[in-house]
Amino acid sequence: MTETAVAPKDTADLAQGEKVQYVNELTTLNLGPTHPATHGIFQNVLTMDGEKIVAGEQTIGYIHRAFEKIAERRPFYQITTLTDRMNYCSSPINNMGWHMTVEKLLSIEVPKRAQYIRVIMMELARIADHIVCNGILGVDTGAFTGFLYLYEKREDIYEIYEEVCGARLTTNMGRVGGMERDLSTTAIRKINDFLKTFPPVLKEFEKLFNRNRIFMDRTIGVGGISAERAMSYGFTGPNLRAAGVDYDVRVMSPYSSYEDFEFDIPVGQHGDTYDRYMVRNEEMWQSLRIIEQAMKNLPEGPYYADAPEFYLPPKKEVYRSMEALIYHFKIVMGEIEAPVGEVYHAVEGGNGELGFYLISDGGRTPYRLHFRRPSFIYYQAYPEMCIGSTISDAIVTMSSLNVIAGELDA
Amino acid sequence: MLTNQSVAEEIIRKFGDDVFDFEEPFGMLTFSTTREQIIPMLEYLKAHPQFQVNFLTDIMAIHYPDKVGQEFCIVYHTHSFIHNFRIRIKVFLAEADVHIPTATGLFASANWMERETYDFFGILFDGHPNLKRILNMDEMDYFPMRKEYPLEDPTREDKIDALFGR
Repeated sequence: MTETAVAPKDTADLAQGEKVQYVNELTTLNLGPTHPATHGIFQNVLTMDGEKIVAGEQTIGYIHRAFEKIAERRPFYQITTLTDRMNYCSSPINNMGWHMTVEKLLSIEVPKRAQYIRVIMMELARIADHIVCNGILGVDTGAFTGFLYLYEKREDIYEIYEEVCGARLTTNMGRVGGMERDLSTTAIRKINDFLKTFPPVLKEFEKLFNRNRIFMDRTIGVGGISAERAMSYGFTGPNLRAAGVDYDVRVMSPYSSYEDFEFDIPVGQHGDTYDRYMVRNEEMWQSLRIIEQAMKNLPEGPYYADAPEFYLPPKKEVYRSMEALIYHFKIVMGEIEAPVGEVYHAVEGGNGELGFYLISDGGRTPYRLHFRRPSFIYYQAYPEMCIGSTISDAIVTMSSLNVIAGELDA
Repeated sequence: MLTNQSVAEEIIRKFGDDVFDFEEPFGMLTFSTTREQIIPMLEYLKAHPQFQVNFLTDIMAIHYPDKVGQEFCIVYHTHSFIHNFRIRIKVFLAEADVHIPTATGLFASANWMERETYDFFGILFDGHPNLKRILNMDEMDYFPMRKEYPLEDPTREDKIDALFGR
């Protein structure tokens, strides 16, 4: 960034009006940090030639909360609350990804029922994540209606979260070793209701947007990236699939029984905003398919693993049995030591491969924990994607990348 | 189908004594190499007609203050989408000399990953186009993820390690 704003030489320049544009004066423009169209705290210092973007540089870290450092002093179960503050649009995926990482380190085998419940919650979270992204993409292109239609259904998903874990946004869902509670009858009814009522709404949403002339003009060919560049930039998830690479962690390295389900991986061709939108829409349909199958084949059995050292005993037993009381105390005080080891576990988050690299030196807390946050890695491609386009296109591009500030800054 | 054994053998054949400490924790092929060989190694894995390790998943660092002469460990996670094969490469650096060549020439994504590693550990990536802080503020004059910076106020006496974890 060597160019700075060049002020008009004298007022005569201003008087000439549009002529000034052709002098090729470069202007520096601050997009953000708190611009309503950036959906989060992002700053972009853009160099503009008239209305065209010539260069851009992002400033990030506005909500950096040092999660990796904090995690080095917390027992494993307390780190769950840090993970759901990363991608807060799909917190259950983060929670379960973390639980699965710890379970891998401890070699805990989780019962099928718990795995299926996790799949249901993770797919609901994916739908909620894509609702946010696609709904707001509509708002940014000037159509508020679709956003309102879809957000009503996101509320339904949050009610299911409430039923399963008691919270809505920062869910802290599940435990190391399984789920905190079984699916209640209310939760099952709400999930089944959602499966019935969501498809018509999503269909209506697609009717409003997919072949909408204004929407197509605003998104096709905007913010495109080739498959090679996307891979070089570390894209994963819907953004990579929109560029035509069919990489999905759920299929490549299945976790939590994803191999039991039948679903398709949608891919795009051009990697532009429209393809990203279409891929996310199709993924919502595929997530519905997975939830349907999981609800139909939900196995009977326990919803947590037999791992007394890590899974809190039922409260009733804590009051009655000495052993349960001891375990309860040890877990809550974080006195249980984990085995030595290093483990990398990746899940398909709302935005791509969400990885947890955990190094344990045999202590009560991780020796080092690193989050591979998909948004952080692919957001660096943003200037390259919007150079040569206009501000309004840059806004739409950012919206369709679904960069979540919490995940970006950790 | 690549196996850890076959890939490791091929890498040893090519790099000889420059690769060592082979492990497979939880099934992932892990080995260490030297600072001089890390870029040729990534380049070799990327260009290899069979392996095609064409995706850089992550770069991060670990601080081991007790390992004299090997205080910092830089970890590269790489991934071959074609074979769904992951390789973890480690490079150990001494605290007195924390220079390592940049991987930005091979993977565009290395840019921010290396900036993050610099920001938190002070690792200097030689040849990086824009090595400056990324998540912390520019005025910061220390590297917070190093182990010498404890998270809580060390002068507090009411919280002792025996009761409250590390």
